[in-house]
Amino acid sequence: MFVYADNAATTALSETALAAMTAALRDTYGNPSSLHRKGQEASDALRHARETMAHYLGAQPSEIYFTGCGTEADNWAIRYGAKAGAAKGKRHLISTPIEHHAVLHTLQALEKEGFEVTYLPVYDNGVVRLEDLEKAIRPDTALVTVMYANNEIGSIQPIPEIGALCHEKGVLFHTDAVQAAGHLPIDVQAQHIDMLSLSGHKFHGPKGVGLLYCRKGIPIKPFIEGGAQERGKRAGTEALPSIIGMAAAFRESCEHMEENRRKVSALRDKLIAGLSRIPYSRLTGDPVNRLPGMVSFCFEGIEGESLLLRLDMAGICASSGSACTSGSLDPSHVLLAIGLPHEIAHGSLRLSLCEYNTEEQVDYILEQVPQVVRTLREMSPVWAHMMENRENPYKD
Amino acid sequence: MAMDYSEKVMEHFAHPHNVGVIEDADGVGEVGNAKCGDIMKMYLKIKDGIIEDVKFQTFGCASAIATSSMATDLIKGKPVEDALKLTNQAVVEALDGLPAVKVHCSVLAEQAIKAALADYYKRQGIENDISKCADCENGCCGHDHGAEEA
Repeated sequence: MFVYADNAATTALSETALAAMTAALRDTYGNPSSLHRKGQEASDALRHARETMAHYLGAQPSEIYFTGCGTEADNWAIRYGAKAGAAKGKRHLISTPIEHHAVLHTLQALEKEGFEVTYLPVYDNGVVRLEDLEKAIRPDTALVTVMYANNEIGSIQPIPEIGALCHEKGVLFHTDAVQAAGHLPIDVQAQHIDMLSLSGHKFHGPKGVGLLYCRKGIPIKPFIEGGAQERGKRAGTEALPSIIGMAAAFRESCEHMEENRRKVSALRDKLIAGLSRIPYSRLTGDPVNRLPGMVSFCFEGIEGESLLLRLDMAGICASSGSACTSGSLDPSHVLLAIGLPHEIAHGSLRLSLCEYNTEEQVDYILEQVPQVVRTLREMSPVWAHMMENRENPYKD
Repeated sequence: MAMDYSEKVMEHFAHPHNVGVIEDADGVGEVGNAKCGDIMKMYLKIKDGIIEDVKFQTFGCASAIATSSMATDLIKGKPVEDALKLTNQAVVEALDGLPAVKVHCSVLAEQAIKAALADYYKRQGIENDISKCADCENGCCGHDHGAEEA
């Protein structure tokens, strides 16, 4: 059996998005900046895609800026959000230690340029607390950036409450919603979000396209210079087929959000319940407030890359935050930030489901993972040490 | 395949040789630490200066398991003197290469065998000067002991 369970890394393109993109690639080849009919046809299609994205985010079309990816949107929002603050003498930023590297590395670059960053604690469930944020906000705080939902452990942050607090204190609020968009209901007005990043390929759209929502009136400067596209804020000929594909996929995901959420979270809960039966395993992230498809575990006594490759050999595509998969000596910064010791964080497994997964696939995963974990434990000296003073669950 | 592992590496990872424990081993060596994500433990059964049997236990990534498997294959049935001369480069070559970031696993395999042999000599009451680095005494992270990338 083949099971794709790495939807937090990327998703398969939906048939709807594929059809929309195929038509756009073939027919809508005009440059939206051209005045002739082919250009105007493209310009209309671009406007339509922008209206779709704005509609499902609760934003105005004029507040949507298409980008090359979610990472670009994060870089842009944080760098120029911070600079807008610096123009008023505000050089303090607030974030969390579990952000994506698109956010963390941008913050680190800004720290080198003289900004000060406060990283809020996220506790063992990977969720920030409002009282910590309230204490951290200072008169010179320029920007708060907190991800909507985490890409490794699935914890969902209290975004509407964070937004309300930021607005009460007059601080700009950005959220990296790459994992949430298309899966959780987003309304930038009701949730008090000033800036939001998303990426097309996490909800069955294409890769290589994302967007930044930036509330009207925020003086954000262009990140990429060289043309009048995106109202002079993001130069470069628009990747129209990708933008159209993203809009088609986003519409589809948002229209079916509730039924997908019900289906996927039922699969997730079955998988979590089954994997929890593996001895010396633990679910990572918030047990309740988590992304519908996110199943993240640590298994003691084994290492994640081995687990991942053995599962791949069994036809299951998954992911891990172990050091060996990151190419460094340290395991995932997210797992360390929620307080897991290195040796346990090395044994992490992430299975991220979507509405294309089936119950049969979940049953197959539940058949394979315990076997692979057991095989690897039986060759692990760490497991052997652990079992010296305990009853080995694998002893017959 | 993942991480640019050779077919040989994947073969030894999928079906590792010599996995297990020797209860009445003549020498046991363990290197690495769980914090870094790799630990190897080697058990040797030695008779008349020949390594009659060897087993390993490894906690680590695919290349850690594959290098343990290959290193144990390379010394099984060999005189102790030959095993002492086993280098990490020989293990890497026998596996048709390792990705650069994984060469440290082969260093751990070499160190694990040396640690087991040092333990054997110690038990025999024989003086030995098997080289160990200070870091390895405290749980080596498999840093490169001068080996070039394969």
